[in-house]
Amino acid sequence: MTATSYQHDMTMQSTARAPGNVRVDHLVVAGMVAPGSKVLDVGCGDGELLRILSETRNVDGRGIEISREGVNQCVAKGLAVIQGDADTDLADYPNDAFDYVILSQTLQATSRPRQALEHMLRIGRRAIVSFPNFGHWKIRLKLLFGGRMPQTDNLPGTWYDTPNIHFCTIKDFRELCGTIGAEMERAEALHASGTPMRFAAPWWFWNLFGEQAVFLLKRRT
Amino acid sequence: MVEANLTATRDGPPRAREADEPRDSVVVRFGADQPLRLDAGVSLAPFQIAYKTYGRLNEARTNAVLICHALTGDQHVASTHPVTGKPGWWDIMVGPGRPIDTERYFVICSNVVGGCMGSSGPSSTNPQTGKPWGLEFPVITIRDMVRAQAMLLDHLGIERLFTVVGGSMGGMQVLEWAATFPHRVFSALPVACATRHSAQNIAFHEVGRQAVMADPEWRGGRYLVEGTNPRRGLAVARMGAHITYLSDAALHRKFGRRFQDRDNPTFSFDADFEVESYLRHQGISFVERFDANSYLYLTRAMDYFDIAADHDGVLSNAFKDSPVRFCVVSFTSDWLFPTSESRAIVHALNAAGARVSFAEIVTDKGHDAFLLDEPELFAIVRGFLEAARKACGLEP
Repeated sequence: MTATSYQHDMTMQSTARAPGNVRVDHLVVAGMVAPGSKVLDVGCGDGELLRILSETRNVDGRGIEISREGVNQCVAKGLAVIQGDADTDLADYPNDAFDYVILSQTLQATSRPRQALEHMLRIGRRAIVSFPNFGHWKIRLKLLFGGRMPQTDNLPGTWYDTPNIHFCTIKDFRELCGTIGAEMERAEALHASGTPMRFAAPWWFWNLFGEQAVFLLKRRT
Repeated sequence: MVEANLTATRDGPPRAREADEPRDSVVVRFGADQPLRLDAGVSLAPFQIAYKTYGRLNEARTNAVLICHALTGDQHVASTHPVTGKPGWWDIMVGPGRPIDTERYFVICSNVVGGCMGSSGPSSTNPQTGKPWGLEFPVITIRDMVRAQAMLLDHLGIERLFTVVGGSMGGMQVLEWAATFPHRVFSALPVACATRHSAQNIAFHEVGRQAVMADPEWRGGRYLVEGTNPRRGLAVARMGAHITYLSDAALHRKFGRRFQDRDNPTFSFDADFEVESYLRHQGISFVERFDANSYLYLTRAMDYFDIAADHDGVLSNAFKDSPVRFCVVSFTSDWLFPTSESRAIVHALNAAGARVSFAEIVTDKGHDAFLLDEPELFAIVRGFLEAARKACGLEP
């Protein structure tokens, strides 16, 4: 069992909020979704992203969430959310059931990230994945000079008490995409606050200075 | 002690009158030209349905909510029960300002076919003989109950339900509605149920039926004609079943090992323990309001229930491309219809591409939790209906 409710565990005081108290990283994800499409949000937490998607992009949204409180909050809000686990329950969905399958800040908490990603690209025509970049310079410095597993504002847990068991860097993630044959349609590196780094840069630069990343992936046919 | 208490209850069968002419209910009678075609291969005609309504049907006839009752429930969902004088069995959920708001919705609740509160059942008078049907009454299924409800809706001029909701056997009817009449249901709320009755549940039902049939007063099902009543058998059936509606934790919390009105054991077979006394009371009060043969028929209907079997053995076929919005709810301590059964429903609905929400509620109250004060259940029902109302374009 892994936590897919990573969003709840994150200390979000540093997360930027757009007008209407909307998380900026959610807006980045929402910006990648075509209006009117069918979306599955895996690890949807309290349903905030689903709400944004249905209100601003008119999507037919569904969610999976592992925490009971999260699910019950979502259902009470009228969202179509079921209690489930990204590691076990994605297998139950048929092929091509969705236009997009979203995994927001949850990949690193799954026990088999590769399998989760493969299922996402099977269930959905496209996948959107956001994750914290473990290649960020601050994390590298903490490990280099501190000699201990890094803890940051966005990743406050100790190594022995965190749902995040599969950290990766932007470079690692790109390599996994290549391995499973996923095509990268878009990628955004984000600051710690969730605001996008709005300039073109080589991958090594993003891998060093992007604190989070969002990828829009397509199944290679 | 059981014997003394049970024989002390009122004499004579109270059922016959209620079965044909139910109090505080509306009765619709379908004539010989409107038979109810049963899964057993025979037709029931003429027959009647007893029902209650609450709230007002809007002009467009789009705000109707059908509530399906459980095994021992009836149409008196939100008003005083005419036999027991107790409040409606779900008045905590249904009423003005309640999650199923009768100021907003037109709520319909009918007694199932096979029941004993005014819809045709084994204690009703067989029009061919002028005597109670008894075991001559055909065996009915969950789908038969739903077909009869559909005829009631036709009679009321309601083409499509805004929502159909129910727990336990009521939840089975909800699922059957969605599978059989997907275009007559906008949303569906099956609570604490399953798409098939498990072997364990069939086994419990069989024990209950055997208890009824072992009572010499049952008289091969002819007790109404012979002027007897298998009270003891039915009470024992109810006692056994009641245990399955609770949980070990709930029994421990409510009764523990406490003694009933005494400080020490009596070294006899009196009801020394509170839990014994409670179960005896449950059994005795049940026989006052329920017909023994109806108990046989309705438990049988649940046993036969298996939606997948009706659809080539593939559950998701039953809901293929379903337009219905589902909200499935289960309870952590329900071991009669455990969460795994609800998950199977959700998996099938997902595989069928249906829109489904699923919540499991933490409680120690067991299967009965769906009838009790569970604020989380109320919030979920409210939120689900609210969203469905918007999606349906229903005026506030």
